[in-house]
Amino acid sequence: MADKDVIIEFLNSKSASKSKFYFKDFTELFPDKGPREVKKVLTQLVNEEVLEFWSSGSTTMYGLKGAGKQSAAEGES
Amino acid sequence: MAKHATPLLDQLESGPWPSFVSDIKQEAAARAANKNGLDYQLPVDTPEDLLGILELSYEEKETHWKHGGIVGVFGYGGGVIGRYCDQPEKFPGVAHFHTVRVAQPSGKYYSTKFLRDLCDIWDLRGSGITNMHGSTGDIVLLGTQTPQLEEIFYELTHKMNVDLGGSGSNLRTPAACLGQSRCEFACYNTQDMCYQLTMDYQDELHRPAFPYKFKFKFDGCPNGCVCAMARSDFAVVGTWKDDIKIDQEKVKAYVAGEFKPNAGAHSGRDWGKFDIQAEVVSRCPGKCISWDGSKLSIKTADCLRCMHCINTMPRALHIGNERGASILLGAKAPVVDGAQMGSLLIPFINCDAPYDDVKEVIEKIWDWWMEEGKNRERVGETMKRLSFQKLLEVTEVEAEAYHVKEPRSNPYIFFKEEEVPGGWDRDLQAYRQRHQR
Repeated sequence: MADKDVIIEFLNSKSASKSKFYFKDFTELFPDKGPREVKKVLTQLVNEEVLEFWSSGSTTMYGLKGAGKQSAAEGES
Repeated sequence: MAKHATPLLDQLESGPWPSFVSDIKQEAAARAANKNGLDYQLPVDTPEDLLGILELSYEEKETHWKHGGIVGVFGYGGGVIGRYCDQPEKFPGVAHFHTVRVAQPSGKYYSTKFLRDLCDIWDLRGSGITNMHGSTGDIVLLGTQTPQLEEIFYELTHKMNVDLGGSGSNLRTPAACLGQSRCEFACYNTQDMCYQLTMDYQDELHRPAFPYKFKFKFDGCPNGCVCAMARSDFAVVGTWKDDIKIDQEKVKAYVAGEFKPNAGAHSGRDWGKFDIQAEVVSRCPGKCISWDGSKLSIKTADCLRCMHCINTMPRALHIGNERGASILLGAKAPVVDGAQMGSLLIPFINCDAPYDDVKEVIEKIWDWWMEEGKNRERVGETMKRLSFQKLLEVTEVEAEAYHVKEPRSNPYIFFKEEEVPGGWDRDLQAYRQRHQR
């Protein structure tokens, strides 16, 4: 399976319980890859608008674009 | 008349110090008058609603700001922090009130044109309220709405040649003191190192992949004008190896009262005649200075680089000629663990451009922290959890006495067998011949 699909499948499998994930959640999916390689895949998915960042200001998380309540709840979807 | 009554905030204006409440009221009045006839992209009464919601929080003793959001500019994982209030009907001007962080110029040198252009963008597309500067050192633009973000980003990057700063689990906007541009104490070019590392680490600044925030700060000398040792995960603090240069004639001139100590900085009251023994010699933490009435001597080996003698007699004493920097790691404010100052990792490192020596250390630390750091764990906490010795291993720095904070009570340097000549093996029979049971 392509690296991007591994990430998307992981996010879909968790979609019932969580919509935002730490960077480390993704590195665990690729035990043979270093963090920088995983980052490249995630960056690509962000650039393709499949994923989006969520930031508290101090911490940043990744999620599928539009997943979770955030955008609708803020009236800015 | 003000839109909201704010008696609690008004009370804050009564102190002797400048008040942010007065500043926001001033901005509210300026926006209402709209002398330049701007087509405000945010409600004109945004500053008034900001005061209103703050007054409400003061009354109820709880915040009305929600936590974080998905907003940002395309491709960037930092630089914009989503802020929403939970009373949007009451305070529509601050229903969305996102923060934009902008990288400050190295050493915080501005032209008035830059500041005017920045304010023009922010008056039109933001609340008009800024924070110059945030704790990290960047320009903080307080309060805008999502549709304005890409517009602001375009204008900043294309017209003002400036980029967004760092936020979230990113490298944060690096900060430097004004260094050699004005200061005779600067031991390396802080502004250039800050600029180069900012340019070299763009990916780390804008695309978050760290366990938590990571801050660089560059101080030209141990006076620490950007507080690198206390406020940055990775502090580069200028230092020197050789002797402090002494001009004995100028020392005598200070003693004779010809020069004001501390360049006259403490002239607010009469401290009496300058007493070199009391004000310099006996205040030396390394006890390395002596004054025999005509000659000042400094034993460099015992000097702690506290800067006190140089600060007191800047015309007589000067930093040494063999200059570079010390690297300290792990300073932070209290969140997960308590506050801590940086720990000295490398006492002296070359600081010549293109700064490969410094970058090599940074990248080894990042590789380790990205692998081993827990979510929301600063590198200083990872260092404490996994030991300073582990940090020495990953940075390939040999353990030295200056790495031990408290000998005996905290001996966290343990030697491995391969590091000890002959290893652990010994001839027990030969030992027993020398030592009976």
